Amino acid sequence: MQPDGVDLLQGTNALEARAVSKGFRIKGRLVQALDAVSLDVKRGIVTGLIGPDAAGKTTLMRLITGLLLPEAGSVKVLGIDVALDPIGVQELISYMPQRFGLYEDLTVQENLDLYADLQGVPMGLRTGRYAELMHMTGLSPFTGRLAGRLSGGMKQKLGLACTLVRAPRLLVLDEPTVGVDPVSRRELWAIVYRLVEDEGMTVLLSTSYLDEAERCSDVILIHQGKILGQSAPRGFSDPMTGRSYQIKVPDINKKSLQTRVANAPGVVDAIIHGGGIRMVVEEGADPVATGLPADISDAGISPVPPRFEDRFVDLLRQQRPVHPRSEAAPQAQAAVAHHDDIIVVKNVKRRFGDFYAVKDVTFSVKHGEVFGLLGANGAGKSTTFRMLCGLLPASEGALQVAGRDLRRASAGARARIGYMAQRFSLYEDLSVLENLRFFSSAYGLYGKRQRARIDWAMEEFELANYADLKSGDVPLGYKQRLALAAAMMHEPEILFLDEPTSGVDPLARREFWHRINALSAEGVTVLVTTHFMEEAEYCDRLVIMAEGKILAQGTPEEIRKRFRSEDCPEPTLEEAFIGLIETQQNRM
Amino acid sequence: MSRTDDNNSGPALRLMRLKGLMRKEAFQIIRDPSSIAIAFLLPLVLLLLFGYGVSLDAEHVPAGVVVELPSAQTASFTAAFANSRYFDPITFDNIHKAEQAAVCGKITAIVWLRQGFGKDMLSGGAPPIGVIVNGVDANNARIIEGYLQGVWITWLEQYAASLGQPQKIPVSLEQRVWYNPEVRSRNFLVPGLIAIIMTLIGALLTAMVVAREWERGTMEALMVTPVSVRDILLGKLIPYFILGMGGMTLSVAMAVWLFDVPLRGSFLVLFGSSALFLIVALAMGLFISTAAKNQFLAGQAAIISTFLPAFMLSGFLFYIGSMPKPIQWFTHIVAARYFVNILQTVFLAGNIWPVILVNCLALLIMAVVLLTLVRRRTRKRLE
Repeated sequence: MQPDGVDLLQGTNALEARAVSKGFRIKGRLVQALDAVSLDVKRGIVTGLIGPDAAGKTTLMRLITGLLLPEAGSVKVLGIDVALDPIGVQELISYMPQRFGLYEDLTVQENLDLYADLQGVPMGLRTGRYAELMHMTGLSPFTGRLAGRLSGGMKQKLGLACTLVRAPRLLVLDEPTVGVDPVSRRELWAIVYRLVEDEGMTVLLSTSYLDEAERCSDVILIHQGKILGQSAPRGFSDPMTGRSYQIKVPDINKKSLQTRVANAPGVVDAIIHGGGIRMVVEEGADPVATGLPADISDAGISPVPPRFEDRFVDLLRQQRPVHPRSEAAPQAQAAVAHHDDIIVVKNVKRRFGDFYAVKDVTFSVKHGEVFGLLGANGAGKSTTFRMLCGLLPASEGALQVAGRDLRRASAGARARIGYMAQRFSLYEDLSVLENLRFFSSAYGLYGKRQRARIDWAMEEFELANYADLKSGDVPLGYKQRLALAAAMMHEPEILFLDEPTSGVDPLARREFWHRINALSAEGVTVLVTTHFMEEAEYCDRLVIMAEGKILAQGTPEEIRKRFRSEDCPEPTLEEAFIGLIETQQNRM
Repeated sequence: MSRTDDNNSGPALRLMRLKGLMRKEAFQIIRDPSSIAIAFLLPLVLLLLFGYGVSLDAEHVPAGVVVELPSAQTASFTAAFANSRYFDPITFDNIHKAEQAAVCGKITAIVWLRQGFGKDMLSGGAPPIGVIVNGVDANNARIIEGYLQGVWITWLEQYAASLGQPQKIPVSLEQRVWYNPEVRSRNFLVPGLIAIIMTLIGALLTAMVVAREWERGTMEALMVTPVSVRDILLGKLIPYFILGMGGMTLSVAMAVWLFDVPLRGSFLVLFGSSALFLIVALAMGLFISTAAKNQFLAGQAAIISTFLPAFMLSGFLFYIGSMPKPIQWFTHIVAARYFVNILQTVFLAGNIWPVILVNCLALLIMAVVLLTLVRRRTRKRLE
């Protein structure tokens, strides 16, 4: 099936944006979402729009689809100026918004019919197209099911199918893969590539997963409303050639090694990756002579191919150089013994109506551990979490936190835990200082101790410069810091962090994990949920959840080891996750 | 180069889009009980509540009769009083006790027959009687006062007739109550209430379902399809018009068969004018939805900006003619005012064309103005 319509434009660009600016007035203050953005999207390829939350991705997509008008500049889609003729553009493109626009009380088939009607697909063409789409998305057995009853991954695929009932000339997808399990993510990418190859479609998609950059033919990196660069993914990573290394040291605490490497002069970035540390050094720096700690300089440092993320971190570091932090804490790590269980979860189930969000989950967390709950949206992570925090009773099973059942526990037991909710629930109208004051008094701090803790938070989280700003106005990375500080005012023994790094830029994520490691070294137990597989490497132990069940648990090392093969000697956790889901499906 | 969005495609394509939108809405109505609850449960509950619970009639009013010196005449009068369906008399032997009871709220009116009552009646006079009415509820007090007078005069006539004496009352007032001869407040409350209910149903239905689409993000997806604003609006109006007319039918059926409100006009006029009013109410809901993009806000706005004015300023409960002038002017933009007038006329008086046509014209103007506003303010944009 060929895209409909006559080719109006002879050029090679499906989309041209010239000096586009767009600002929003939110409660009286002006937020510049896009600042003189110019870009081209070439025909017949997949272009990725990549950047953290609040970079301006969604605003740009809404300008392209005619949902917003630019303040300055122009957007031409397939030769048509969107501002002048939005309907003309809308007849040629398809768009999947972040919440994919499905009607949850309509069945899969009814959703398809609706969008076919709206797109004016002739009756005669429908049967064939539907069959093709259902086959492509693997939804054929579920056409009679209500969209609301589909899993997260299936909803996403149905959303995509609905935008494809008529082959559009340009397909615009806003974060189609966010929060989706790795298997569905891989399938979504396969569908996108089939469309490009078989139907000659042009695809523009946005994502905040940096590893997806390498799957695009062309990448636009956007940050704080500005384009940081546009080229093929190789164009980003090639300049980094010779700067990325893998360090492998057997029998050493990876977290303390990572901290030490990260703080070494000449090192731009260091993260835990696969079985070791992935390091990026400054341009022209000799990896061995960079001032790495003596005990690792002779260890196995081997060059590895650069990644897109290396470049992004490098670009961000140039904008925001960090001063080296004196870090004594990780050295103390060895002193912390992980022996007694502080959290025990036994055969816990949670039912909502006739739906089990959590089915028979058992695990335990030891004192001072960083423990991860991994899984896609809808896997049951947040439900498990809420039960542990005493926000939701379990339908069956036993839950103990610090030796007590939190559901019945006194305020005393609650004072021992700190909770950082998803999306950093802060009072956005209060200043940073006022938020700290509020949260500390909510935990019963007053007088000298309160002042001491607030001073500590200002110092530790480097919030002093933002103290009097409304917390709604500070950058996302600082909001995250403030949320963590607020959860820590009463020096809890156990920290619950629900999706703490969702949407923040890679530097803020690194800083965040740095802090978490330091806390854990001081003996704080940390329980964290995430859908970023790579972050799981920072956990001492973790469970991987899907559809309310635990698929695997253990150290990252143990889980990866299970999926070692000839083709894949060093599987990443994501590959292990895909392997787990596939074994699960084969068993069924 | 610019094309308006109304001629972007042929009529067949437009019909396909409109049908698709309407089919979607129908599925949602069937599967999500909230709109059915608004259309059918709301009128049921409100009509039962108001039909049975609220009455403006003064019936079985507890009244004190002070008989200072019992006689055949006082007994005859007290009996006549007790026979009236308007009063439940309690007899006292002196005014102080009765006053005490009135202060405590046990009785709302006092009829005071003094010592000389029996003697004066026998001597052929019409002795003065004392009447005290609790005037806190001024409307009610006036009604009670009237009824008391009625009972008194009727008794005087009967008494005179029983003695074979000519009537002593020089001018007698022959009352005729038109349109609602039984003076049942329900007969005028229920038709008015239907107007209030239809206001609420119409505005709530459209305001809530559009807000729901915003909340769930489906509106954003809809906006980017080549469907025109007019079709999006029609796709909401038509299904909820049908649903709203269902609610209307239920209300009329309850009025006629449950509350025995006479329907003197024709069904055709009733449903024609209701259809016109429902369009106005739905358009008000759509108008709210252009600003309120979450269900809570939309619901609040619908109740405050349509239901409350309809309740208080439509003449359903409070007579518009006795409101202060500025508020009287304001009532002209309350659509329910015209519909209350139409309904009360069609139910109680019949097809009185001058009244119906004038009010329908007002509704028609409102419908056109509102729909134009909605059409202008609804953009396929997010800002």
